[in-house]
Amino acid sequence: MKISDIQKLTEARIIAGDLLTEKNIKKAFSSDLMSDVLTLDEEDILLITGLANVQLLRTAEMADIHVVLLARNKKASPEMIQLAKENKIVLLETPFSIFRASGVLFSNGIKPVY
Amino acid sequence: MELVFEIEGGDFTSAGNASSKIKKVLKQLNIDSKTIKRIVIAVYEAEVNIVAHAKKGILKASIGSHFIEVKLTDKGPGIEDVEKAMEAGFSTASKQVREMGFGAGMGLPNIKKNVDELDIISEMGKGTLVKFKNYF
Repeated sequence: MKISDIQKLTEARIIAGDLLTEKNIKKAFSSDLMSDVLTLDEEDILLITGLANVQLLRTAEMADIHVVLLARNKKASPEMIQLAKENKIVLLETPFSIFRASGVLFSNGIKPVY
Repeated sequence: MELVFEIEGGDFTSAGNASSKIKKVLKQLNIDSKTIKRIVIAVYEAEVNIVAHAKKGILKASIGSHFIEVKLTDKGPGIEDVEKAMEAGFSTASKQVREMGFGAGMGLPNIKKNVDELDIISEMGKGTLVKFKNYF
């Protein structure tokens, strides 16, 4: 799925990065626990989270995750936006809960990591 | 090549700075991305451990032609039972650490999973040395 489709389906706002970034996202993982994200062997997935802090972006950077969807209307801080830009991470904010965002994307073809 | 970083305990804004710089250096050396990911996840988990538990620490990374050796020495409370700390789910992390998305007792097991050689030496009331090596 294209990043622009993820944005439309979750009614998200783009906070950092480019919607036209050529990524075909096939799988997603939803978690507020960064320790769990760091145990995943897959890269280039979509991360859906309600955790809005700098360590979210550091985790994405280390785990080779390039698209992050902040759920529950959480707002990215200027430091988070800066880190996302530095590491070419597309950062989106959706008013949907993690459950709703995950459900909408799942029913449109995004697969779970496990 | 040797890289040295100072890590401040409790400074969650800067946690990950050392890992980020090491990742950039490894990328420039054209190392396979899956290998880089294993290394930097281990470095990042270890860096977060110092921020979460210790007063301060030093991270030294030595990069050779086919390996990286990372040594993290901290001044902190020490680990009472290293074997227990290696069990998934065992944690002594504070509420603040948990709010940052860590502290679930998965850091050390995840370091072990991602490195080729691991040594942990800890002294109660003094600090901990975490040393690991990855080959590429």
